Amino acid sequence: MTKLVIASIGPASSVQDGGRPGAQRYGLVPSGAMDRLALAAANTLVGNEPFTAAVEVGPFGAKFTARGGAVRVALTGTPRNADIAGRAVAPDTSARLADGETLTLGFARGGSFSYLAIEGGVIGEPMFGSLAVNARAGLGSPYPRPLQAGDELPTKAASGAPERRIELPAAGDAPIRVVWGPQDDEFADETKKLFVDSEWKISATSDRMGYRLEGPILKHLHGHNIVSDGTVNGSLQVPGNGQPIVLMPDRGTSGGYPKIATVISADLGRLAQIPAGRGFRFRAVSMAEAQAEARKFAELLRTLPERLRAIESVDLNVDALHDANVAGHAVSAVDAGTWHAVSLADIAGPD
Amino acid sequence: MAATLSPPRLLPSGDSAVTVEFSRNIDDAANRRVLALDRALAAEPIPGVTEAVPTYRSLLVHYDPVQIDFDKLSEKILALAKRPVPPTTKVRRWRIPVVYGGEHGIDLEDVAQTLNTTPDEIVARHVAGDYRVAMIGFTPGWSYLSGLADSLHMPRRQNPRLLTPAGTISIGGVQTGVQCLAGPSGWHLLGRTAVRTYQLHREPIFLLEPGDNVTFTSVDAKTFAEQDRAAEAGEFIAEQIAL
Repeated sequence: MTKLVIASIGPASSVQDGGRPGAQRYGLVPSGAMDRLALAAANTLVGNEPFTAAVEVGPFGAKFTARGGAVRVALTGTPRNADIAGRAVAPDTSARLADGETLTLGFARGGSFSYLAIEGGVIGEPMFGSLAVNARAGLGSPYPRPLQAGDELPTKAASGAPERRIELPAAGDAPIRVVWGPQDDEFADETKKLFVDSEWKISATSDRMGYRLEGPILKHLHGHNIVSDGTVNGSLQVPGNGQPIVLMPDRGTSGGYPKIATVISADLGRLAQIPAGRGFRFRAVSMAEAQAEARKFAELLRTLPERLRAIESVDLNVDALHDANVAGHAVSAVDAGTWHAVSLADIAGPD
Repeated sequence: MAATLSPPRLLPSGDSAVTVEFSRNIDDAANRRVLALDRALAAEPIPGVTEAVPTYRSLLVHYDPVQIDFDKLSEKILALAKRPVPPTTKVRRWRIPVVYGGEHGIDLEDVAQTLNTTPDEIVARHVAGDYRVAMIGFTPGWSYLSGLADSLHMPRRQNPRLLTPAGTISIGGVQTGVQCLAGPSGWHLLGRTAVRTYQLHREPIFLLEPGDNVTFTSVDAKTFAEQDRAAEAGEFIAEQIAL
């Protein structure tokens, strides 16, 4: 059988797809890719459905070797050096590994997560319709845990389709947009103003459950305990220490801290890719604007195939592409030396 | 009661979910309205609604903003929420065996001391209770039950434990809970059950539903150990009681 064998890989790398919504009423969070646009773009490059399972590669390097046949892959998300047996692989392109060849990925540059899609997808046994890893719940296939060296990802043999690149809109560094609520009334107007007027940084103590933010202390009006209610991806909950945590796809389904605002769905992937230590801002938008952006984002996902280009036309620009959008030595949100998992207790709230 | 029929507050939770809040507090009447709205949404689905998540005091409704916008959804939800809460029919009732105290319930003695009584009396009060699953949340199968006797209400621990065992039965504030997976908790640990409220490769994977009724029975450590082995093999341990 054709497979991609993991020769080496860092922590915070796992098989992810569109996730498994539908069982949050039983406490099971959907999980799924941190950057859905990057996942969909990678899958589109190799002709898969947009939310097919792929490898979400964390900030460290990784090596993948094709066994049992040629394997066609695509790499999107945060830029990093990549080559197959010495041949450079540009960001946002597909490429082919001959049987026995190794794809080598360097460290993430200026972001956190890359997506390695495989033509034909990762073959595994879906649970609740998904292969996405949720280690806490014992879910994920082929492995119900983050990937390790020696793991094998079964797939289909490469089709021989021509390689492609995909033209994606620039992510940019505009403020991350939020809508107020559900508990912004637990905060004074000055506190809300402080939230949108301040620069924030993502702490190195961040992971797929939540990103801790560093910035001014946000004071609660009535204390930091509320009776638990439901959470969503992008919930900005403010625990007792006044330092917000943005809940990410492996969050708990309920939480007992007030949520001052919620990141709009179109900006979640961009937030997920902000490296720890880099300053960024939030901007509050109306519900009408947030939902217009959500519809635009859905349209972008739907029309990704129209953004595919033949790769020959950029042959001369591979090096330029390679170095595009590189942000020096920015530390990733889940940095090598400082990486700590967020404790469940931090997410739980008082209940 | 006029108060219980007041319209819920619709609190935006981003562009793809809305929190339908019936109360800010742990409130049994509010929880009944939450569960009634949840059933109404299941019976008469609103196009674009993808998932509903009941909690003590609110229903989180996930939706696709491409199919329906916030204002239109709010109108439809408010119309459903206006209806009187129908009497619940077909309530499932479960009996869950618990080994209380000792290594399985390390806080039982302390709880008894704090409440000026004996461990046996704490157990007697806990098994006498008739509970309802108010919500399931946080981690898979973590079931929050309402109906704890006033005489067992006590504040949560000052310092939550980072790791408590799978199957823990605990009390905290005005609630009691059945915890499925090992994890952090700030509640007082009274005992453990072999019942898995979440178990893969079993049908159904999730045992309890919000709205189910639950009672507890006391078993000894030997019975617990036997039940735990059987449960690991996929057997049901919780008894469903016919009404």
